Amino acid sequence: MHEMALAESMLQIVESTARKNGAQRVLAVRLEIGALASVETEALRFCFDAVTRGSLADQARLEIEVTPGAAWCMACSDTVSIAARGAPCPRCGGYQLAVSQGEAMRVKDIEIK
Amino acid sequence: MCTTCGCGANEVKVEGKTVDGSATPHENVDATEDRGPVQYREHQAGGHWHRHADGTWHSHVHGGASAHAERGGHAAGALAAVHDHGVAPARRVQIEEDILARNDASAARNRRFLADHGVFALNLVSSPGSGKTTLLVRTIEQWAKRTPVAVIEGDQQTSRDADRVRATGAPAVQINTGKGCHLDAEMVSHALTHLDVADDGVLFIENVGNLVCPAAFDLGEAHKVVILSVTEGEDKPLKYPDMFHAADLLLVNKADLLPYVEFDVGAAIDYARRVRPGLQAIVLSTRTGAGFDEWIAWIERGAADARAQRQATIEALRRRIADLESRLARHAEPERT
Repeated sequence: MHEMALAESMLQIVESTARKNGAQRVLAVRLEIGALASVETEALRFCFDAVTRGSLADQARLEIEVTPGAAWCMACSDTVSIAARGAPCPRCGGYQLAVSQGEAMRVKDIEIK
Repeated sequence: MCTTCGCGANEVKVEGKTVDGSATPHENVDATEDRGPVQYREHQAGGHWHRHADGTWHSHVHGGASAHAERGGHAAGALAAVHDHGVAPARRVQIEEDILARNDASAARNRRFLADHGVFALNLVSSPGSGKTTLLVRTIEQWAKRTPVAVIEGDQQTSRDADRVRATGAPAVQINTGKGCHLDAEMVSHALTHLDVADDGVLFIENVGNLVCPAAFDLGEAHKVVILSVTEGEDKPLKYPDMFHAADLLLVNKADLLPYVEFDVGAAIDYARRVRPGLQAIVLSTRTGAGFDEWIAWIERGAADARAQRQATIEALRRRIADLESRLARHAEPERT
């Protein structure tokens, strides 16, 4: 599963920042994951746990903030919220949607000491 | 991946040789005898330590021989920091970096390299068994060298697909991902060093057969082309939306089998356009050649754009050189009294 590749990338980002800030340990990692992002969060937790063992981020808390999905509906000429890809516009039922929010997978910050 | 602690490099190979690019510093270790579940592992130079549920510690030393050790004297690093009360308080450090930033940076480098050479690159994605390789072989044959063609193949194991492509006369490089489920930009970057990328040509990247994971990984391609065969079910775009959303062209393959399967082509394209409005679609059959003219024409337009972009860059650089030369000439003129 590709969540392992994502977890490895997360660890690189976290370790790099932690070292630059002279940290002994990473206590927590905060992620922003969009509701429409291509990632299964439970799989990501599992992989993060596996990949951080023995690292600066060993036992770090993983805090995941989920950003809701939103899209511009061309028929309604307005931004609407969507729960998943392939879902219709909740107002007009159409599919002329351009996703504007909810695809991000970002490391927001870390708690270190 | 090490089944004891989850560490271990994916054994990615390009043309049979391991790529030394894995991020993890750990090496695979053998599983220990079963003494309860492993709780956590602490890494030290020279070996790995495991603390088991029964309280004992067990270490693996690189090179195979295992040693038993008491808890205590060797506990260093993370464990010591927890008990050290003189350490600075916890603080938050902002990062705001995309998890895929590193892959995206590699992809951007690939994209620039390809653009510099005027190469039109396509990332072919689909389920296993959609007919990607056969379609690719026929495409290369029908392209008939109007421009140079090169191929990067991705599979867990074997070089069968690269061999089939090479049989057409086109150069091909095989990436074996081992346990991996998708190609990433680093792998493609390595593969490109094995290829003589000719200017103004076409590069096909045949991704690992997988309708889920490759969607998330930019390789530096101009477009992802998703291939769906009529034996797969017309509702695939709804069930695997990320992949169809990531694509710029849908090829509905094996159209010669339509009389024998319950597949509604119109519905499949409609579903795909729900997750990717405006998605272009071509229905084709590799066996009969139906639809191939349209597919080849689509590639030709893209390849022509890539060539034109490269020419435009060359022209811009020439103008810049001419401008700098004239400025140099003015500066070098003797002083007028």
